Amino acid sequence: MKLPNINKKRILTLLRDGKRLDGRKPFELRDISIETGVSINAEGTSRVKIGKTEVVVGVKMDVQEPYPDHENEGTMITSMEFSPAAGERWEGGPPGMDSIEIARVVDRGIRESGFIDWKKLCIKEGEKVWSVLIDIYCINDDGNAMDASALGAIAALKLARFPVYDEKEEKVKFGEFTDKPLPLTEKLPLTLTFHKIGDKLIIDPNRDEEDSGEARITIAVSSVKKEKMINAMQKGGITPFTIEEMEKIIEETEKAYDKIFAEIEKKIKHVTK
Amino acid sequence: MPYTKRPDKRKFDELRPIKAEVGVIPNADGSALFAFGETVAIAAVYGPKPLHPQHMQEPDRGIIRCNYNMLPFSVTERARPGPNRRSKEISMVAGNALASVVDLTRFPGTVIDVEIIILQANASTRCAGINAAAMALAHAGIVMKEMVSSVSIGKIDDKIVMDLIKEEEDHEEGEGATDIPFTMTSRTHQITHLQLDGRIQTHRFKEATEAAKEACKKILKYQERALKGEKIDETK
Amino acid sequence: MTPKTEETEDTEMEIKETKCERKLVIPGETIASGEDYLPGDFTRKEGSEVIANRYGLAEISGRVVKIIPISGVFEPRRGNNVIGRVEDINFSGWMIDIGGPYSSFLPLMECPRFINRNNIAEFANIGDVIHAKILGVKKGGVDLTLKSRGLGPLENGRLIKINPNKVPRVIGKEGSMINLIKDNTKTEITVGQNGFVWVKGELDGEEKAEKAISLIVEESSNSGLTEKIEKFLGGKK
Repeated sequence: MKLPNINKKRILTLLRDGKRLDGRKPFELRDISIETGVSINAEGTSRVKIGKTEVVVGVKMDVQEPYPDHENEGTMITSMEFSPAAGERWEGGPPGMDSIEIARVVDRGIRESGFIDWKKLCIKEGEKVWSVLIDIYCINDDGNAMDASALGAIAALKLARFPVYDEKEEKVKFGEFTDKPLPLTEKLPLTLTFHKIGDKLIIDPNRDEEDSGEARITIAVSSVKKEKMINAMQKGGITPFTIEEMEKIIEETEKAYDKIFAEIEKKIKHVTK
Repeated sequence: MPYTKRPDKRKFDELRPIKAEVGVIPNADGSALFAFGETVAIAAVYGPKPLHPQHMQEPDRGIIRCNYNMLPFSVTERARPGPNRRSKEISMVAGNALASVVDLTRFPGTVIDVEIIILQANASTRCAGINAAAMALAHAGIVMKEMVSSVSIGKIDDKIVMDLIKEEEDHEEGEGATDIPFTMTSRTHQITHLQLDGRIQTHRFKEATEAAKEACKKILKYQERALKGEKIDETK
Repeated sequence: MTPKTEETEDTEMEIKETKCERKLVIPGETIASGEDYLPGDFTRKEGSEVIANRYGLAEISGRVVKIIPISGVFEPRRGNNVIGRVEDINFSGWMIDIGGPYSSFLPLMECPRFINRNNIAEFANIGDVIHAKILGVKKGGVDLTLKSRGLGPLENGRLIKINPNKVPRVIGKEGSMINLIKDNTKTEITVGQNGFVWVKGELDGEEKAEKAISLIVEESSNSGLTEKIEKFLGGKK
């Protein structure tokens, strides 16, 4: 069912008191869980839940020619789909605008943060480089698939290892893996999504809140020597944000990043044991 | 080399370790996971619900719309996302395998959506998918005469075996490999889905059918236990 | 909805409560065998066997064997009280989402008072919530009416969605459960048979009532449900 008007009104009334329909505070995230082991045939996988929103992510690796303007750097392609299993509103068919936008924002966050050391993905300059293929599937949608997707992608990258590469044949031996992890840096990018409902801001919206929101902003942020870097931003919806609201969002982004960074590191370590 | 032992040391009439569970997708009206060893499928059911556009509606019955989706990272060499000829064919045969036990006359003009997702693949993906989908349909409270269970029967060299893995499908020596996925109803053991790929002597086909019947009986027990609340994981 | 092992405990509890046997069955399962048994809801007889046509709790009461569904979408029947959301408006009435297999329609004529065609949206606009009654179910659609006491648009409060099969539990025997929640949370509650529940009161009361309803749905098959809800409501205010 789509959002009833009375629920939107309730969401607004509660926010005036600094409360949310599910009992959270405006800048409180839902519980996050990170698991792996979705597919042994992938170089890396993750299964991430934020509240009831769940995504499965797989990283596959292949070897290809580099782009002419980056001859000594690896490449990356990110795809995202809402599976029709995810909820009533998601029907089959090719990825729609929602999916494309999520894939692009996740991609930019990872790319611009410097989380992947692209030069270390070069096999032979100008001829052969590693290509990282990230596939994200939302299988249960209760809002904020954006942040779940980004987190899932990061987790799958952290858990991935190279496949075996046959240097003589210059081919990947699919299904055979090395122990070598991907060349990742400390600059872990996270995305944080805020919604504006009425004149109130919230983080990590659930489905009803997402449907109530008039404007949305996603910020991909990473950390370099305790300093936060914004790597990607995407505003959604028609309603504008004020400059003051953006300042508040940046402030809350910094806080949320620190809060979940440690938790994520711990959870990923726990998964890898 | 003659085929005397299975690569994973199973008996010829032994299934891989099974995983079975219902309720894995909270938003769905019914959902389930079913795995034969390394082949893992989940299924979600939505409906019966209104069907749009109207010209797709059947005046005297509802329809089942099944979609089989093998995720790109479920296989060793990344599969291109989205539907292809193979996935469309499997979606159709799986939908028919399930529809034969479902009472579609109760809600004319409606649709029951069945989404099958293959998370990890090592052969028999359609069978794992159909098993999960049958559980998800039951879990969604759909009126069904009986359950269906699905298994791949193989003739590898001259042996009839249950629940094939990739390595067996690729067996070339001797008489080679024949893959025969079956789906059977739980009470009457009628065949609601049957495909075959390979070469098998006509006089040996009966053996394959008998093996399928035995395997489906075993699989039904897992589906039943999961629907009755057990979370089964023999892979641990 | 995940059936948990508690479903089997439900069997024991129900024996005590209703003096008849209940067990969870799957489609195609033989529930009872013998010439005396008669097939009731969602069962059929083949030879001397009574067989399940649906997943749910099988109940044998006297000679009759039936299945009580625990899952599945709302199945509309004439006379059902339902709550829905206005999906669309046309010149002759409102399209309403009540869940379940069919879309439903509330004709302008079925309003208790005269409404000018130009003011349809004023009475109920897209996204508004309406309490209505099912006038009839025909092939492909459900017709609704407001011509009965207490029906009409629902203002303020919140709408929550529950498994429609749990509605009898939420209402309780002769409304005992729902009255318990209303009294303790000082809220107005309307339970649609389609599993849409409307709760209105002070914000705290609404929140508590919503939690109590979720608790009933989660624990519906456990014993001592009433005590649990009493304890929950009696707890911190």
